[in-house]
Amino acid sequence: MRNLGFLLQKEFRQIFRDKTILAMILALPIIQLMILPWAMNLNIKNINLSIVDNDHSSYSQQLITKIGSSGYFRIISADRSYKEALEHIENGSSDLIMELPSGFERNLVREGKQTIGISVDAINGSKASIGGAYLASVISDFNANLAINEIKVPDYNTKPTGFMEITFSNWYNPLAEYKYFFVPGVLVLLLTMIGGFMTALNIVREKEVGTIEQINVTPIKKWEFILGKLIPFWIIGMIVFTIGLLVIWAVYGITSLGSLPLLYVVAGTYMIALLGFGLLVSTFCESQVQAMFVAFFFILIFILMSGLFTAVQSMPAWARIISGFTPVSHFIKIMRMIMLKGSGFSDILTELGYILTFALVLNALAIWNYRKTS
Amino acid sequence: MPATVSVQNLIKTYDKGKVLAVDKVSFDVKAGELFGLIGADGAGKSSIFRILTTVLLADSGTATLAGYDVVKDYREIRNRVGYMPGKFSLYQDLTIQENLEFFATVFGTTIEANMDLIRDIYDQIKPFSNRRAGKLSGGMKQKLALCCALIHKPEVLLLDEPTTGVDVVSRKEFWEMLKKLKAQGITIIVSTPYMDEAKRCERIALIQNGRIMSVDTPGNIIRAYPEKLYAAKSDNIYRLLKDFRSHPETDRSFAFGEYIHISLKNDPTVNRQLPTANCQLPTVNLQPSTVNRQLEFLNRIAAENNHTGIQIKEIEPGIEDSFILLMSRNDATTNLQKTTEK
Repeated sequence: MRNLGFLLQKEFRQIFRDKTILAMILALPIIQLMILPWAMNLNIKNINLSIVDNDHSSYSQQLITKIGSSGYFRIISADRSYKEALEHIENGSSDLIMELPSGFERNLVREGKQTIGISVDAINGSKASIGGAYLASVISDFNANLAINEIKVPDYNTKPTGFMEITFSNWYNPLAEYKYFFVPGVLVLLLTMIGGFMTALNIVREKEVGTIEQINVTPIKKWEFILGKLIPFWIIGMIVFTIGLLVIWAVYGITSLGSLPLLYVVAGTYMIALLGFGLLVSTFCESQVQAMFVAFFFILIFILMSGLFTAVQSMPAWARIISGFTPVSHFIKIMRMIMLKGSGFSDILTELGYILTFALVLNALAIWNYRKTS
Repeated sequence: MPATVSVQNLIKTYDKGKVLAVDKVSFDVKAGELFGLIGADGAGKSSIFRILTTVLLADSGTATLAGYDVVKDYREIRNRVGYMPGKFSLYQDLTIQENLEFFATVFGTTIEANMDLIRDIYDQIKPFSNRRAGKLSGGMKQKLALCCALIHKPEVLLLDEPTTGVDVVSRKEFWEMLKKLKAQGITIIVSTPYMDEAKRCERIALIQNGRIMSVDTPGNIIRAYPEKLYAAKSDNIYRLLKDFRSHPETDRSFAFGEYIHISLKNDPTVNRQLPTANCQLPTVNLQPSTVNRQLEFLNRIAAENNHTGIQIKEIEPGIEDSFILLMSRNDATTNLQKTTEK
């Protein structure tokens, strides 16, 4: 136990001496939280639209005005033919083409129906599908308010009875702002980086420089050495987490709806799991380059599979299983539950259980694989 | 005097038995002795050290230090052994003072308590005690490493190539320091690839390919050199070496600095004719028992091969000559073993 104190003292001395690391520890949460939530916005806006109006009627003008004023679309060109409009898609300046056939107004009035062609550039899948859906909803709205449809209104017997109006409200995130969804995820990202990379690199550095050789011939025990490595980074992780919480409060005005102590309990447990991961990586690697590569490989998968950027529910079944095997996804889920929903201890119990299991398994594997005598 | 360090039939292989690093090594080191492991790079010196310091497990064989087994009582050994690895392995981002304090506290002691042991060395690095270890010169690093290895008053000091990469003056100083430590009763095992340092040890073990070729005092090893040794030189030294080597009466000849060291086959009872490839020598009755005869003979070979600026003299063999002799025998037995295995 006494040795552990000396090891911690040494470790902190080294960390505080490394100005780059220290600066990164402070700058990382601030910069990531300032930049990422703004840049990472999945609300699709500014969809570029090319219009081919073959009708030039007052109805077609009304529809175009309505689309233009919806706020989601930027009409970048009015082309004379579909072929011409397609060129805009081909050179990337346009995402959607809406083609109004000639006789658009006449057919609407006479026959009560008309077909409109929409062509979507599907390279960016989400933008295409969301843009297409937006356009369709604008058109159906336009359709519902058409004068010809309203003429029939006074006649109550013939009113289309199947007309349903949908109203909805956003729970937990009333304005459906992406940053509320994203910010708790960035906090997770921060802890993951510190827990996963820094421990792995730090221990491997002792191997690389050879200092572990000198430590191995001292009476320092295995568990003392490991704890001496894990505790400093656990503390740093918690400090970064606190800085992160302060930043999102100051910049975005987001505070946790749920209890703060609970948030720290979860973050603390998660850090233990990630430190175990870092330790495990370090036991396999001989050089910092190796450790960096291995840790990066796993953490990249962790983060992309975690539901930080995309919803886990919309992944295929096998991907959901992989996602379940990353500690990151569970932590993100809990963070969102506590911060946005105000969930309590009993609500997050299952997820916390998963994280605890990760913490135990990863650390046990790491200790089992870390042999002082080879 | 009882042996402080005892190594019996130590075998260590790497890569699942493919690389034999330590091959049935046995030796004893007496208490208070300055013992040297002499061998080229890759001879297996570091592996032996790492086994003795308990950080590496041998495949078979036993080793004890101060009466403790390196496998069973490794905790006891770690308190009793000071180890200085070949590579500088202290914390480069901590200062001299912090490194010393750290290792002192880890061993449950203080710098002050061991001052009398390390004073001579410590005084030399004290002016820089606030400098980070990574910023020190090679000689300073080595002194700091020695201080750290001594900080807990070890009974046995294991120094793995402490003088590799250190300048001549520092090397000399370092051996002086070891002498003083030995005077305080510490058993020291030191490894070095430099043959000239072998003479500074009380006893040495010559190692080649993981095998110990000889364990004795440097004096005895030199005395055991079987033949007379000559040093020769001419204006074209490489051709001279080739000429000597191709001569059937030459036992061994090898380049040694600016000279060639030669010994002749020692068979005084037989008179032989000496044919050479490119010129007909007159028949000589060789009686190599006398040094003059042999010198004359060597001079003649050189002269017959049209060398100029010939200098040939008798010399005392050194450790390196013994090492090369033993090495060629060792290779021969290894080759013999290989052929018999086939």
